Amino acid sequence: MALSAKSLKVGDAHTARLVEDLKRTQIVQYAGASGDYNPLHTDEIFTTQVAGYPSVFAHGMLTMGMTGKMLTDYVGDARLTKYGVRFTSQVWPGDTLEATATVKAISEQDGAKIAEFDVKTTNQAGVEVLSGYAEARLDD
Amino acid sequence: MATKTFPVEAGHILMFARSVGDGNRVYSDAEYAKTTEAGGIIAPPTFAQASAQFDPDYGLRPKIGQPWFGSGKNATGITRAPGGGGGGGGGGGLHAEQHFEYHRPLKAGDVLTATTTPGKTWEKEGKRSGKLVFSESVTEYRDQNGELVITARGVGVRTERPVEQPAEKA
Repeated sequence: MALSAKSLKVGDAHTARLVEDLKRTQIVQYAGASGDYNPLHTDEIFTTQVAGYPSVFAHGMLTMGMTGKMLTDYVGDARLTKYGVRFTSQVWPGDTLEATATVKAISEQDGAKIAEFDVKTTNQAGVEVLSGYAEARLDD
Repeated sequence: MATKTFPVEAGHILMFARSVGDGNRVYSDAEYAKTTEAGGIIAPPTFAQASAQFDPDYGLRPKIGQPWFGSGKNATGITRAPGGGGGGGGGGGLHAEQHFEYHRPLKAGDVLTATTTPGKTWEKEGKRSGKLVFSESVTEYRDQNGELVITARGVGVRTERPVEQPAEKA
């Protein structure tokens, strides 16, 4: 179900839990599906002994992908026109993430109603791990 | 400029959607997807990134007969030049930003041609990781009819040393 412009106003927000206690296996699963086999995400020995990080960590694109589910669940399938993010902090195995989309503006472009959203994902400590924006086509 | 062919396959969409924890049937069930506004199986919003699977030169996939920098008998499978830096330097850099513009929904069965052009590069002094070198690339994904489907802009960063973690994450 898509959002309707009539029932939406600036400041409205939608929050969803993306993952609880992120597992290393899910990171491996994302590596396999996306094709990004960077050992920093899947190889604890390389990541701790060679790269110097405390453990493997999630692909930024896994966080963007999970945050994308929050967006498409909110705005409806096939409705996004823009989606962009900055990765502001790393996501680690064991993290629990929540994402929020907040309506920033509603406008009309070429006869279609468009909503702009601020997008933010935080971890269990309240640290922002992703910050971005999205734009979606609304029903009237 | 590099051009690659990226066939958008239903099975790949299913695996990708699972990996990001998205059980929406519009990504997996053709019969159900037909009844939705999408009209068929579509791809999740970040799926274009999986075009890496079809890039023969993609550097972050082990290749048959070639050395790989992940661990095996040793912590890394290759000998690195001394002073090469740690952190991002040890893993081909980190992903700093990603932006997508959707010109139409991406559907199973599409065959995309991806054309990537390098963008600008810039430097910044980072508090947690020393000098940061950013570089941008723009990829246009066009379909079998030459129509633009997705424009993607990625920004990668190389760090001088591993990113320091906030105290509560130690």
